[in-house]
Amino acid sequence: MRSTKALPYLLLAPATIFLVVFFLYPFVLVAIDAFTKGGAVTLDNFRTMTSNWKFSETLRNTMLLAAVVVPIQLAMALSMATIVSKLSMGRSAILYIFAIPLGLSDLAAGLIWLTIFEQSGFLNSWLVSLGLIDKPIMFLGYQNKWVIFTAVVLGEVWRATAIMMVILVAGMGLIPKEYYEAAEVFGAPPWKRFTKITLPLLRPSLQTALILRVILAFEVFAVVAALSGTQFPVLMGETYHWQFTLQDRGVAAAFAMLILAISIAFTLLLLYLLRVPREARL
Amino acid sequence: MKKLLKLMTGAALAAALLSGGASAQALFWSTQAKPVEEAQKMRDIVVKGFPGGVDYQPSDDGPWLTRLQAEIQAGKGTIAVLGALHGSFSSMSGDLVDLSGVKLGDVHVNDQYRELAKLGSQEQKYLPWMQATYIMAANKKALEFLPQGADIKALTYNQLVEWAKNMAEKTGSPKFGFPAGPEGLKHRFFQGFLLPSYTKSMVTKFRSPAAESGWAKFKELWQYTNPASTTYAFMQQPLLSEEVWVAFDHVARLADAFNQRPADFVAFPVPAGPAGRGFMPVIAGIGIPKTAPDMAKAKELVAYMMKPETQIATLRATNFFPVVDVKLPDDMPNSVKVSGPAIAAQTGAKDAVPALLPTGLGNLGGKFNQIYNDTFERIILGGQDIRPVLDEQAQALKALISQAKVPCWQPDPMSQGPCPVE
Repeated sequence: MRSTKALPYLLLAPATIFLVVFFLYPFVLVAIDAFTKGGAVTLDNFRTMTSNWKFSETLRNTMLLAAVVVPIQLAMALSMATIVSKLSMGRSAILYIFAIPLGLSDLAAGLIWLTIFEQSGFLNSWLVSLGLIDKPIMFLGYQNKWVIFTAVVLGEVWRATAIMMVILVAGMGLIPKEYYEAAEVFGAPPWKRFTKITLPLLRPSLQTALILRVILAFEVFAVVAALSGTQFPVLMGETYHWQFTLQDRGVAAAFAMLILAISIAFTLLLLYLLRVPREARL
Repeated sequence: MKKLLKLMTGAALAAALLSGGASAQALFWSTQAKPVEEAQKMRDIVVKGFPGGVDYQPSDDGPWLTRLQAEIQAGKGTIAVLGALHGSFSSMSGDLVDLSGVKLGDVHVNDQYRELAKLGSQEQKYLPWMQATYIMAANKKALEFLPQGADIKALTYNQLVEWAKNMAEKTGSPKFGFPAGPEGLKHRFFQGFLLPSYTKSMVTKFRSPAAESGWAKFKELWQYTNPASTTYAFMQQPLLSEEVWVAFDHVARLADAFNQRPADFVAFPVPAGPAGRGFMPVIAGIGIPKTAPDMAKAKELVAYMMKPETQIATLRATNFFPVVDVKLPDDMPNSVKVSGPAIAAQTGAKDAVPALLPTGLGNLGGKFNQIYNDTFERIILGGQDIRPVLDEQAQALKALISQAKVPCWQPDPMSQGPCPVE
């Protein structure tokens, strides 16, 4: 009898221990690193971080990237999810195809886009063979940062839209058919059905998808590193740089704390903006 | 429940057994010969003959130091032998075993380097392992554009700029290349070549008017530099693809070009500025951490690395030259044949200003390099004014040097206390 009572806790124990040992404990260590220097509690690391000449550019780049990538992905994920849920034939085949980029590591995704945009990459050899240009163009050079930015946006959109789509497909499956049938009876056109039924009832899934995606957007690293090297600094890249190249764990930890703070702030914001009143829950 | 527990203990036991059964090979933990091919050659032709086997593991400087520090803090480790540049050793004097007792037989090691490797103490903190430097390489097609009266064996920065300008204007695209990518060794150029050539200093005269004119000259050169330079790491690749015709880089990073097409390329000394021909000799050493698991074996491995035949094999694998007296066989790779005379001309030049790698900075080495890279990014890529950037970066340099409390190193004159930044 006793063992059945304890069973749920025992089953939870491995995951809990795992989280405490490999997440909570290192997290506390990082927090200590960020707020101390040589044993004394101080904000020096944060001061070093913000006074670096690259800091404002880094922060701006990260925010800009999130601000551009997430809305594009939201729109695309919504339309992809709608297509998938409307399909009666080949639904899972399409779903799998859409989800292929999810199976790749983000570094691999970055490298794929690098082979396209490189000076000796696919895009250049294609343009040359079509006779549109007579010699390869340097797309990812330091002079045209906006091309680097565009390439990163493309890479990110290609790689991570599917994760939002998967969540939204699941959410759309939960919306009762009766609402749509009623709307059709009253003659609501498809766009109206989408904005008046799908979107409002999709709120919980939208919330999850957006939170997940926004957090990931602030952690963007490998795609940027592959495509731009150090020419398009982002917060996560600077964290790595301070930890491994500059050997300053304190400042690296400060960057990590900043990313955490931004992520928490946006999570709370999204929780508030997309909240579902208790009485309106399905 | 019992079953589950049994299963878990079983799994834990198995894991412990697996990890405990690690190989008995000596771990050679190195920051050198990192590229996959070089590392593989180190394993296949250099350390293979060592009895008991060697696990040669190269890594980036950061992770290299992190693991070493962790082992030293723990008081026990698995690293048998360390391979790194002089500058990396100089900050860990206390953690290294005295190697003066290692029996080298009749091998004669370069005395100057040996003295340097004592790191100012009475002990042999590490043994010099191999040496290299940076030189210039050019495609023979570029030679016809050399400015009139210029001697390729004794170029000046003015002539280099003029040469690059000629090539850019007459061929329609910039043909000078510079390793300014994230993995490129650009900081070494500013520290050991550009600044010493204009100021005879790496640190002290960082923001002097002479340094200002050096940066201005480099800015001029940059106009005729292939803009893809910000992606280059190893100049041998753009040289071979003929994206660039003239380039500066580490000899080991030019070697493929000389090896694959020795008839198409020439090697020549770096240019000189008003203060002389600044260049940076690179000295790598091998040492043993106090936490090495098998001290006798580690010392044997060190002695093995110093043998003339191992040194020649190392040259073949890494393009780093021996530090012991040895007669090179005739069948050396082309890269050695091509770059050898250029290196000799550079080291032996009358106006030579040798500039040592930063010494004693330890884990601040990365930040030291960053100061030079930031200066480059701001002045050259960002187009900011030279004077204010130098003033600001000099502040950072000053703070860093006083934090590290290191005295000056060559070519800056010896200092009492931290190296001053004027």
